[in-house]
Formats: sequence, structure tokens, C-alpha cells
Amino acid sequence: MASLTNRAKVLEQKPMSFMERLYLPAIFKGMAITFSHMFKKKATIHYPEEKRPFSPVFRGLHVLNRDEEGRENCTACGLCAVACPAEAITMEAAERKTSEEHLYREEKYAAKYEINMLRCIFCGLCEEACPKDAIYMSETFAPSNFTRKGFIYSKDELLIPNPVNDKENYDIAKGLREAQLKNK
Amino acid sequence: MDLMAINLAYGIEKLLLIGGIITVSLIVAMYTTYAERKVAAWMQDRRGPNRAGPFGLLQPAADGLKLFFKEEIIPLTSNKTLFVLGPALAMITAMLTSAVIPWGSSINIFGRDVSLQIADVNIGILYVFGVVSMGVYGIMIGGWSSNNKFSLIAAVRGASQIISYELAMGLSLIALLMMTGSLSLKTIVQQQMEGGWNIIYQPLGFLIFLICVFAECNRTPFDLPEAENELNFGYHQEYSSMKLGLYLFAEYVNMFISSAVVSTLFFGGYDIPFVDEAALSLSLGANTVALLGFGALFAKILFFLFLFIWVRWTIPRFRYDQLMDLGWKKLIPLALANMLITAVVILWLNK
Repeated sequence: MASLTNRAKVLEQKPMSFMERLYLPAIFKGMAITFSHMFKKKATIHYPEEKRPFSPVFRGLHVLNRDEEGRENCTACGLCAVACPAEAITMEAAERKTSEEHLYREEKYAAKYEINMLRCIFCGLCEEACPKDAIYMSETFAPSNFTRKGFIYSKDELLIPNPVNDKENYDIAKGLREAQLKNK
Repeated sequence: MDLMAINLAYGIEKLLLIGGIITVSLIVAMYTTYAERKVAAWMQDRRGPNRAGPFGLLQPAADGLKLFFKEEIIPLTSNKTLFVLGPALAMITAMLTSAVIPWGSSINIFGRDVSLQIADVNIGILYVFGVVSMGVYGIMIGGWSSNNKFSLIAAVRGASQIISYELAMGLSLIALLMMTGSLSLKTIVQQQMEGGWNIIYQPLGFLIFLICVFAECNRTPFDLPEAENELNFGYHQEYSSMKLGLYLFAEYVNMFISSAVVSTLFFGGYDIPFVDEAALSLSLGANTVALLGFGALFAKILFFLFLFIWVRWTIPRFRYDQLMDLGWKKLIPLALANMLITAVVILWLNK
């Protein structure tokens, strides 16, 4: 029968030669291979001590942004929730009162803002949809949790530390992001 | 009164020696488990245990503690006496062999010559054979009393494997014994110190002996009694807690003792290679040389332990018919031929 392709190989099934039947040469060859592997470079990374750098376009946990005065950027317009293909984002809008001007940048703000990290597919469409630069994705990933409830992140878990009260942590959270943007 | 004093000192000396050797073999066995995991990891381009203590050195202690604290389960349908006896027997027979191995020449303490051998029996090798064959009872009894079909098959496999390979092992040693003319391990070592190691005269005998030792220790490629993919866990499937630990541990003690036997029979025992011990003891003192000799034996043992591990992580397991084929159709005829050739050469040289 003619073969369909020219890649077919005829398998030769000759009886084993004496050297092959001895097995020992093959065993020594195998042992030499395993021995040489002892000195090869190991691929393992010692995880907690040594972390692999993320790619500059890595999309991790979401962060809700504040401006320089520590006011929340989010206006609860809902564009991120609309953009979200996994329907992981829910929010409730509220109107800013006169005494709250130092808390929220614009007249409308998100009273409740939740992301279900079990639904989220970390596509980054919310980040792209946001007109106020209020939501972006950080370089950390969601830590494990014992309950499903623990994966629904509320607003205070998502908000970036206040740059006025908590400068140190804000810089840490921000610094990663800026270094990342510079690399782009 | 004098006799009593001597006997007391003799008794204490032997007790200390026994205690020391048991401690050393247990510690070596512990760290062989560690070495096994490390070497296996390195051969597979991994790093191996490195979390417990520096370089993971406390790993064997952690494993041992874990086994001690596990719940102990004795299956309802098992034969309880035999079920407990199995691991105990495996461990005891593994340790017993160490009695006739000369761990070094004698040391002089407080004017007494203390031999570094528990018992210099004139039938040393026969004793080793007798005790090693007892080792199969641990497997047989454990597998049978578990009342589990997998364990039973494993036990039967183990028994038939050990019987098959013991024949070739004995035959390969007969050639060696024809050369040495003595069964005492101490005499064999002393002969090797004067006339060169036995491996030079008996390379084929050594090869057969080594293969049989692998089979006797149930190590890969001969680990059919505990073939995971065929028999789940083999003869120790129903065992838990430290009874399982004893089985696993006995395997490593066995490896250690077998390495010691191989080094003693074929690699000069406590003979330091390329060194004249008698001349060295004049300059360094007999005690130092005896300790150096013990070190030399230990280095040889460690090499064989590494060989055991090395082979395990290189060669896959034999199929059962291949195992029997190798034992009966290859090794026994080879050992017989080796024996005949040795006999002819000895006769020819004597003429």
C-alpha cells in the first residue's frame, strides 16, 4: 500500500544483538545520563524568598484610585460594570454631600462597590472602560480564602491607601504601578 | 575474681559496641531516606527537601515524628499477632546482620584490645545468608496477615523473588569462598589487605552478587513486592503509623548492611586503599589507623548507598517474568560458570 505521506517510517524489528541483550551497557549509559543531571541548573525558584518578576502587562487584583488629595476618583458611572464580560462588578451610586468634598472628587460617588473575584477573569476591560482613571489592576493576585464570601471584595478592600493620611502605603501601592508604566 | 572482672569488661565492651552499631545504622538509615530524596531530586533537576532545617537536614526527623504521631490502625480481619510481628521481624533481621561485619581492626582502650566486630564467628557468611533469608518472613508475614489480596500477592512475589536470587547469590559467593578458604569475614578482610581486593579476582562474581543484593533489598529494579502501580503498595498496604515506618526503615537499614557486606567481601572492608596499614600504625599509632580504617569502610558503604539510590532513579522496574528469567536463566548459569572457572584456575595455579 502506498503511504499517504513521505513521512512514514518502516519499523525494523531485528532480534537484539548480544550487546543489547547484555543490558549492562545500556544501564551504564542511563546511569551516566542521570548522573550528569545532578549537576544541571535547577529550574526551581524558591518561592517565598525569591519571587519571579511579573510581566509589565500583568493584570492582577483591582485597585480603586484616589487623586493627590486623597479623594476617590470613582463616580459610579457603571461603565466598568457594563464592560465586564464576567459580570463581576456591582455598585451603588450616591450623591456627595457638602461636607464630603474632601472624600470624593466629583458630585457622585460609589457608596457600594464590589468585585467578585471568583467571577472576575482579569481581562482588564474595566480598567480600559473607566473614564476617570478610577480602577486599575495591580501586580498582586487574589490570595486564597476559606469561604466564597471572602472572595467578594468590598470597597474598603479595593481602595488604594490614602495619600494624605497613609503616605507610606500609598507610595508602595502607587510605586509598583508607576514603575510598571515607565517600563511600557 | 580476675576472670569475673575480665568478663564484665568484655560484656560492657560488647554492649557498647552493639549499642553504637545499632545507633549508627539507624542514623545512617534515617539520612539515607534524606539522601534518597535529595539525589532523586537532583537527578530529576529538582531541589529536593530544603524546608526543615538547613538544607532540609531535619526532614528525616520530621518524617519520623509524623509516623509516630499517626493513628495506628490494625484491620479487623487481620491476624493481629502476626500483623504486629511482621514489621518487628523485618526490622530485627535487618539489624541482626551487622553482628558479624568487622567495622574496623581493634582499638586499644585502657590497655585492652577492643575488636570493632561484635562477633567474629567462623561461619560469618553463612550467618549473613541465614539472617538475610529470614528477612523475607517480615514481608511474608506482614503481607499474609493483612488479609488483603494485594498484600498477599506482593508477599508471595517477594518470597519467590528472594528465594530465586538467593541461589545465584550463594553460587557467586562460593567462587569467592574457594579463593579465601574461610567463611569468617574478618579473615576475608585480612586476606584482602595483604593480597589485594577480591573485586580484582572476582569481577563477575561481584556483579552477580551486587544484582542479587539489589533483589534481596527489594530495591528498584527489583521492587516488585511494593510495585505501586500494580499492587497499590504491596505487602505494607494495610500498615499505618510506625509499623509502616518500621517496614520502610528496615529497607534502608537493609541497604546499609548490604552495602557493608559488599564492601567487606569485595572491596577490602576496613582496608585503606594504597596504604600499608602496618607501616602507618607505627607512625600514627594503632588506634588512629583503626579509626581511619573505619572511615574507609564507611566511605565505601556510603558509595554503595549512593549506588543503590542512583540505580533506583535510573532503571525502571522489571516485569515479573523478566525478573524470574534473569534470576533463573541468566544469573544462576553465570554464577555456576564463574564458580567452575574459579575452581579450574585455582587448581591450575596450585599445580
